[in-house]
Amino acid sequence: MSEQLRAIGLVKTFTLHNQGGLRLPVLAGADLAVSAGECVVLSGPSGAGKTTMLRALYGNYLVQQGHILVRHAGGVVDMAKAPPSVVLDVRRRTMGFVSQFLRVIPRVATLDLVTEPLRRLGVDAAAARERAETLLERLSIPRRLWRLPPATFSGGEQQRVNIARGLVAEHPILLLDEPTAALDAANSAAAVALIVEARRRGTAIVGVFHDRAVGEAVATRIIEFEPPRMAA
Amino acid sequence: MSVLSLADVTPAAAEPPLLEVTGLGKNFGALAACRDVSFALWPGEVLGVVGESGSGKTTLLNCLSARLPPDAGTIEYRLRDGRVADLYELSEPARRMLMRTDWGFVHQNPRDGLRLGLSAGANIGERLMAVGERHYGDIRGAAIDWLGKVEIDAERVDDIPLTFSGGMQQRLQIARNLVSRPRLVFMDEPTGGLDVSVQARLLDLLRGLCDELGLAAVVVTHDLGVARLLAHRLMVMCGGRVVETGLTDQVLDDPQHPYSQLLVSSMLQ
Repeated sequence: MSEQLRAIGLVKTFTLHNQGGLRLPVLAGADLAVSAGECVVLSGPSGAGKTTMLRALYGNYLVQQGHILVRHAGGVVDMAKAPPSVVLDVRRRTMGFVSQFLRVIPRVATLDLVTEPLRRLGVDAAAARERAETLLERLSIPRRLWRLPPATFSGGEQQRVNIARGLVAEHPILLLDEPTAALDAANSAAAVALIVEARRRGTAIVGVFHDRAVGEAVATRIIEFEPPRMAA
Repeated sequence: MSVLSLADVTPAAAEPPLLEVTGLGKNFGALAACRDVSFALWPGEVLGVVGESGSGKTTLLNCLSARLPPDAGTIEYRLRDGRVADLYELSEPARRMLMRTDWGFVHQNPRDGLRLGLSAGANIGERLMAVGERHYGDIRGAAIDWLGKVEIDAERVDDIPLTFSGGMQQRLQIARNLVSRPRLVFMDEPTGGLDVSVQARLLDLLRGLCDELGLAAVVVTHDLGVARLLAHRLMVMCGGRVVETGLTDQVLDDPQHPYSQLLVSSMLQ
């Protein structure tokens, strides 16, 4: 299968200027390669840098060294060096991200929130709506909530809306950061089924899952992360 | 099996910027309000300028929008015909024309951007007349259409803005600016004086309009929540200088400069 994402030698150290310049090394030369149809699960203790890795891959965290190669729009982009407009285009067309928490936009209805990624790809309103509705239904968001902004929803409902929004555009690459953390068993199973379907469609997936069983259910490969050793 | 390699990285196509600022400086007496500010803005891009009061945000905005000549540096703007013009070397009439047609300016206080004695319809129609529109019916039609876009009841078209609430006045100011289909809009704390529920409505509206019209915008705000919602890219200013610039979510989630870190950590969650 063709490789969709390759990280080479990622180095990320946080410098906390307002804490006396405290330096926290998190990634010290991390590598990763993910092909279409693969789901790589990053495993390891809290603080090992799993979320930092995902955020670096998405261009949300800046890396000090390394390359993030992404197959995008018929070419290859290095997310670590690309200008902002290119990073945004990669996110729009190639790389989806599902975080643990939904960022609610005031006044925007659930259905519009979920169709937005498709609308930005130029999909017409009716088709986008149909795909969004299918996902919301599979994730058991009651139809009566679709017209409401999710600000007042429960944590689990918001998280399911977030999953729908992250999966709806069927990006070739998908990054998942604890997408099932607040879900009960039935909803978690629905999310797992959707992730496995995406993988079988050929999506290249990198995920972090708190729940080991969920991780094992979706993974084709598990990579152990270890906390970086602090310099003495 | 095809492996990704560094050798395959394709260089990004270089689209020419809409606005290019180089080494801009502005002093007020001994005070350097803006120092060596350089950046570029591309078509359809929303740039947020954040920083505390006195950091030089508004001075920068005034220099960029041809309202305040800088003491140093150049501001180049790509005109509709593709020519690049130095803003302060354009003739006064050419600059005025640009401000009335190609650009919009949304003031924090809508009273600074509206003609309070004229009807809502006339406020919107004025810019159309400035670009040569003379047909009364068309102008009124466009005004009513824009009132709808900014969620003001069409029945209010003949009322003067003094009878509008603050939130309605701000939405009217936006309609007045966007009716001539500008390519670039400057906004100075567009949600500044509004209460929170009105702010949310305005933000949602602005977000939708920027997307729909492919507007480029420079938005000055001290509200990082507003910046996150509206801006693609952020520029952090401190003491008249740009201390950090980057993708909005990157600057807010992984700020690099000590001042940006302080700003972000001071935000209410």
